[in-house]
Amino acid sequence: MRRLVLEPRPAPAPFWQIGAPLLALGLTVSTLGLLLLLLGRPPLATLLIFFVTPLSSLYGLSECLMRAVPLILIALGFAVALRVNVWNVGGEGMFTLGAIAASLPALAFGDSHPFWLIPVMMLAGIAGGMAWAAIPAFLKTRADVNEILVTLMLNYVAALLLSFLVTGPLRDPAGFNYPQSAGFDDSALLAPLATGLRLNGSILIALAAVPLTGLLLDRSLLGFRLRVAGTAPAAARYAGLHTGRLVWIGFMISGGAAGLAGMLEVAGPLGQLSQVISPGYGFTAIIVAFIGRMRPLGIVLAALLLALLSLGGESAQMSLGLPTSVTRIFQGILLFSLLGADRLIAFRLRWSRK
Amino acid sequence: MSDATLVTGTLAAATPLIFAATGELMTERSGVINLGIEGMMLIGAVAAFATASNGWATPVALGAAIGAAMLAALTFAFLSLTLGANQYAAGLGLGIFGSGLSAFIGHDFGGSSLSPIAPWLFGLDPLVFLALIMAMGAAWFLDRTKAGLVLRAVGESPRAAHEIGYAVIPIRYAATLFGGGMAGLGGAYLALVYTPVWVEDMTAGRGTIALALVVFSAWRPLRLVLGAWLFGGVTLSGLFAQGLGIAMPSELISSLPYLATILVLALSRVFGRAWLNAPSSLGQNFHREG
Repeated sequence: MRRLVLEPRPAPAPFWQIGAPLLALGLTVSTLGLLLLLLGRPPLATLLIFFVTPLSSLYGLSECLMRAVPLILIALGFAVALRVNVWNVGGEGMFTLGAIAASLPALAFGDSHPFWLIPVMMLAGIAGGMAWAAIPAFLKTRADVNEILVTLMLNYVAALLLSFLVTGPLRDPAGFNYPQSAGFDDSALLAPLATGLRLNGSILIALAAVPLTGLLLDRSLLGFRLRVAGTAPAAARYAGLHTGRLVWIGFMISGGAAGLAGMLEVAGPLGQLSQVISPGYGFTAIIVAFIGRMRPLGIVLAALLLALLSLGGESAQMSLGLPTSVTRIFQGILLFSLLGADRLIAFRLRWSRK
Repeated sequence: MSDATLVTGTLAAATPLIFAATGELMTERSGVINLGIEGMMLIGAVAAFATASNGWATPVALGAAIGAAMLAALTFAFLSLTLGANQYAAGLGLGIFGSGLSAFIGHDFGGSSLSPIAPWLFGLDPLVFLALIMAMGAAWFLDRTKAGLVLRAVGESPRAAHEIGYAVIPIRYAATLFGGGMAGLGGAYLALVYTPVWVEDMTAGRGTIALALVVFSAWRPLRLVLGAWLFGGVTLSGLFAQGLGIAMPSELISSLPYLATILVLALSRVFGRAWLNAPSSLGQNFHREG
């Protein structure tokens, strides 16, 4: 009987480090084309609308960059945490808590336009994300509780907390009972880089985080310690490393980054809190981190790709009437293809006779 | 709301949870964790809704839901069991994919409704009883049959099970597909009985609550049923309390299943690992040449 077997390679194939995401992208685009063909739509023209139309205007470009910002920040944090073997899939909840925490000073002090408002909101956002990350960090280091389940559950709790706040304590008193907070004062908003665009300085913060993460992961003692504690915890303890402290650092960096992303979103394109503040950035960022190979530069490219995919979904909706849910289908297929293609790094697939 | 409707309401609210969580429990007992329950439920829901709204009978719609969700589970199984991809990542991917696919297919059903299934016994539909039978069957299978023992052995120590001669990967495939079919039934219950109106993302977090229930029940099917009644009842009693004018934010009540599960996980330290009873190899892939 012939069967498909995975055969370990003698050494990892470096080609597939880069080849796997490209193969995955190719598979995803061909699946998209095939689906369009089945739906009776012209595949090439639609693919152009998906991937090229959004980039053909300055506004489209700025929207793409703007959507990439939260993806970059959350994915960088995810990659740092994964170094110490912490699976923080709670980016969505930490993003939400960051947005909530940043809104408090904005709503409390916005009327007197203090010059320090934006920096304080940033710190509040980071603290909010960190506070949410402290729950799984505490449970993992103290009680050895699986952080994946806890962070996943806390995403839902965060969404419910936000919903409670915008329908109750933080609801705009002059807002006709809409479930949203008051709009922020200008002093609590990041100014757009140019009139007519929504892109603001947050892209510079995201881009600054890229080399910083690179330095942290590859050039610092802390990065080395995180890696040792993540891959060989017993050896790390034997070498005298405080693995618990390193796990905390992984949680705090990923939580803080996601919280900052939430602050930048609420002080940027949103300008107020409402019931839904994220189109699933926290989940998409996990895909971004995988496509980007957990490398800072790769994460930037992957974030731009996924931001483009979500914009493309919207432009396909406007010009072709395709539902935007097509974007989530392709995010899923992209991750599936990548996880499959990834195995080519360490394994080769062969038919064997048996 | 009378006492009787509170009871039947609780039983109905618990049914999709019992289906999906019993399936996930069997999957996890084999050592595989599938985080994509929400996606499989949604795929089952849209398959059932599409079949039923085209005039097919309920059993056909249920069959379509089971089949479609099993196909989704097969994708996950191929990636994680055959190719050896990370189970957590593959499950998250399945969740995103399933919610997108169901919204895409269901786009044209927006707001359309089905005629609900008539009550059968004590004002309840047959699926409520089927869910209970499945959970009891799972308990009997795990504790009283040789096949159940083998399944547990694969989940506790795949290496040892393999050495004795059991086919670890095919057994895990079977458990994962069973989990998919049951999640599909849970989704179908939502689409056909519970809210026979098509709403995008109609599972509204129930897949994650099912995942929580498996932990909450310490991987035991009968406790899982009690947990599902508790979670279902708590949700309804929240509505009940609001009806009586007791101020209680609905968000707090909705978050109780998640918070309770986190608490159970935290307490596992206090009472010890054996109390939690998690399968030892949960989430770890198995390679024949280990």
